[in-house]
Amino acid sequence: MSGSAETRLCHMTLHELHDMLVQGQVSSKEITSDVLARIDEVEASVGAYVTVDREAALKSADAADAMIGGARRDGDAGGIGALLGIPVVLKDNVCTCGMRTTCCSKMLEGFVPAYDAAVTARLREAGAVIMGKANMDEFAMGSTTQTSVFHVTRNPWDLERVPGGSSGGCAAAVAAGEAAASIGTDTGGSIRQPASFCGVVGLKPTYGRVSRYGVAAFASSLDTVGPITRDVRDCAVMLSAVAGRDERDSTSAPDAVPDYVEYVDRGVQGLKVGIPEEFFGPGMSEGVRAAVERALRALEGAGANIVEVSLPLVEHALAVYYLVATAEASSNMARLDGIRYGYRPEGRGGMDVADLMSASRGQGFGMEVKRRIMLGTFVLSSGNFDAFFGRALRSRRLLAEDVQRALAECDCLVSPTAPTVAFRFDEEPDDPLALYLQDIYTTLANLAGVPAMSVPCGFSDEMPVGLQIMGRMFDEATLIRVGRAVELTSGMGAARPKVGGCAK
Amino acid sequence: MSLSREETSRLADLARLSLNDEELARIAHDLTEIIDYMEKLAGIDRAHVRPMSHVLGTVNVYRDDRAEPSLSQEEALANAPDRQGQFFRVPRIIDAGEAGEA
Repeated sequence: MSGSAETRLCHMTLHELHDMLVQGQVSSKEITSDVLARIDEVEASVGAYVTVDREAALKSADAADAMIGGARRDGDAGGIGALLGIPVVLKDNVCTCGMRTTCCSKMLEGFVPAYDAAVTARLREAGAVIMGKANMDEFAMGSTTQTSVFHVTRNPWDLERVPGGSSGGCAAAVAAGEAAASIGTDTGGSIRQPASFCGVVGLKPTYGRVSRYGVAAFASSLDTVGPITRDVRDCAVMLSAVAGRDERDSTSAPDAVPDYVEYVDRGVQGLKVGIPEEFFGPGMSEGVRAAVERALRALEGAGANIVEVSLPLVEHALAVYYLVATAEASSNMARLDGIRYGYRPEGRGGMDVADLMSASRGQGFGMEVKRRIMLGTFVLSSGNFDAFFGRALRSRRLLAEDVQRALAECDCLVSPTAPTVAFRFDEEPDDPLALYLQDIYTTLANLAGVPAMSVPCGFSDEMPVGLQIMGRMFDEATLIRVGRAVELTSGMGAARPKVGGCAK
Repeated sequence: MSLSREETSRLADLARLSLNDEELARIAHDLTEIIDYMEKLAGIDRAHVRPMSHVLGTVNVYRDDRAEPSLSQEEALANAPDRQGQFFRVPRIIDAGEAGEA
């Protein structure tokens, strides 16, 4: 087995792997092979992937090794990019040219894109090794990864528990050593909540920070694309690689992209960290509360000032979110009609085009997607439009103004990422509304457009707890500083789950 | 409010979703519960507020109008569930009375 006696290559952070590649201590082929070996060991129990492309991964690794060898011979270590030769996995709603991209839906089971998403192209240009595609809730609708048409993903910290969702495969893969880093998507918490449940770092960037070209749309005014990684430095590396204006996504922002890595070690001395009182009421488990409070004391110890702030309307955020998200989802899902691509049922004698579309959609979509399309259709239908959708859009502005006001009094807002640690499969509520309450802390950032990070801050019931840090528009740098301070004081950056016999 | 079976069925038609009886009943029940929760919003005073559909201030973002390479016909048809030659194939759209045999 490759890797040092203490830590296998498959468990190292991407920046550690990069340093070893630069110094010629290891090749990308060795790293990639160890990750593939790890996939063979644990995938049967974790189920993080829906597609693994060994051949393409090993070929990319060879190409990376050739480039690294050339740069080293030329004495140009600086020419070895931070992601060159690093194994990554992409959520299965991110288009990969020639590699099946299904959104984990029967509707797109055999869909093979003819082009790369913008993030995929950027990772390829940076020389990252794309291992395959990660499991997710169908069309990113869910918070346990159980609405995937393929299989369940299990939490690497406890296989009896959910990994969270919808980017559950991404978070589980990074936690279990099945990829060094990952790209997920976040519409209402889908990067942060699974990151919290799996003990890894997840960042939902500012709306518009990362191009969404080639990423299957769920709710277009809320969707974001961002990294899931083992530590905060890796998060900064990944964000720097994928952020920036892209002409093919008209909502991508022209704002300059800083080198986020420069902010990792700046500390939090003098930063004002806001505690929204409404986020610390009842509803969160005692273990989560204790871990978050310890993290707050640690931030104070590191020189941050803790201030109390208020988000008076935040109790409405979840309702506003589900109205906006389902309305937009019902519109986006309309393109999936089984005509130009997608599922088409057998035995369709006598059907007209409308019947065919209804049958394709009725059979191609799972229950949660149907439920949300129906709710969105209700919200947008005449007679309900103003009472529900119009009201939600007006409330959204008030909520966004609340966030801006709070962030004028401090540099960032902290809260738990989720009200509990990952729950057991048999504890999952049957009631969809109870499951939507998982998103109570996360949807606000999507509604307001601001960036938010989940960083592990401790354990409860031997399961990781995530701290959420929300910042000002385009101020991911502050989240990285605060996240790193939390990671340093909690020691969680080095914690690894024990699945497959790996010690903590 | 409670969503009737008929109303749910009408929504399914609008959404072009064929749902079986069991799905219709379950969705009618779930939507009723979810919509009740959404009605909490009635408590916010917002008549004066401008709706917010988008968080960035950008309006009408255009790029230069120039031709760029696009997908080939074969690539565009590659994922089609049914095709005939260079076309996507669907059931007849125009009534037989108008168009004769398709």
